[in-house]
Amino acid sequence: MRPTVRTQRPPGKSSRRKFLRTVALGSAYVATFAAGWLHPVHLLAAEWNKAAFDAKALADTLKSIGASSVADSDQIQLKAPEIAENGAIVPVEITSRIPGTQTIYVIADKNPQPLVAIFDIAAGLEPFISTRIKMGESSKVRVLVKAGGKFYVATQEVKVTIGGCGG
Amino acid sequence: MKIRAQLQGDVADVKVLMFHPMETGLRKDPISGEVIPLHFIQRVVATHNGKTVMDAQWSQAVSKNPFVNFRIRGAKPGDKIAVSWEDNKGERASIETTLN
Repeated sequence: MRPTVRTQRPPGKSSRRKFLRTVALGSAYVATFAAGWLHPVHLLAAEWNKAAFDAKALADTLKSIGASSVADSDQIQLKAPEIAENGAIVPVEITSRIPGTQTIYVIADKNPQPLVAIFDIAAGLEPFISTRIKMGESSKVRVLVKAGGKFYVATQEVKVTIGGCGG
Repeated sequence: MKIRAQLQGDVADVKVLMFHPMETGLRKDPISGEVIPLHFIQRVVATHNGKTVMDAQWSQAVSKNPFVNFRIRGAKPGDKIAVSWEDNKGERASIETTLN
């Protein structure tokens, strides 16, 4: 659970250092919970969509999630940096204003496997997600929203200076 | 794992930080040169008073030590918010907080 030590690091990354310190502290939390002090919430036995996550071509990814026809939508707000210095941490923030948003898919077009994450939005959750993803190279970030059985999409080009998949 | 939930009116803004290497299976150990096996969180579930509000499936392309921020409607002081994850090796962790 210790952070991997990298031999090279771009200068001026003191925030990362702070972050790593937070991580070290957090390991103590994990240990506490792993000891069974807090019972883990039972995870649903729902399937992890292996076919979709393993797909290497974008067309196959879309097919695997059932998105045969996708409409552009200005009702999906996607916030991502135009230039990501570090492909290992690309912040993405998604807000859907499409009524009945059921699922949000995050896709990085040129990643070895384009599908990054699927978020099922149950009743009671705002159709808003903010997270951080890895991008192997510059490409479009594509957010699909499933609402009322239909698919909608918003994209943004993200230029990656240092790729974040291998290393 | 860390969780912070703040009530803004009847909406709970929840930020979660998980501690996980999120190995892509593409990285090599800089010393041995051996490939570090795929190891990543596959599922994340968030509940509000025991009811699932977010059910996520992830790939190895979510950043190391994943962060996620989401918002729960109809929340009030005393409500419990819990988040659990499970990775591809069956390891699990969870955390719970009470709104105030």
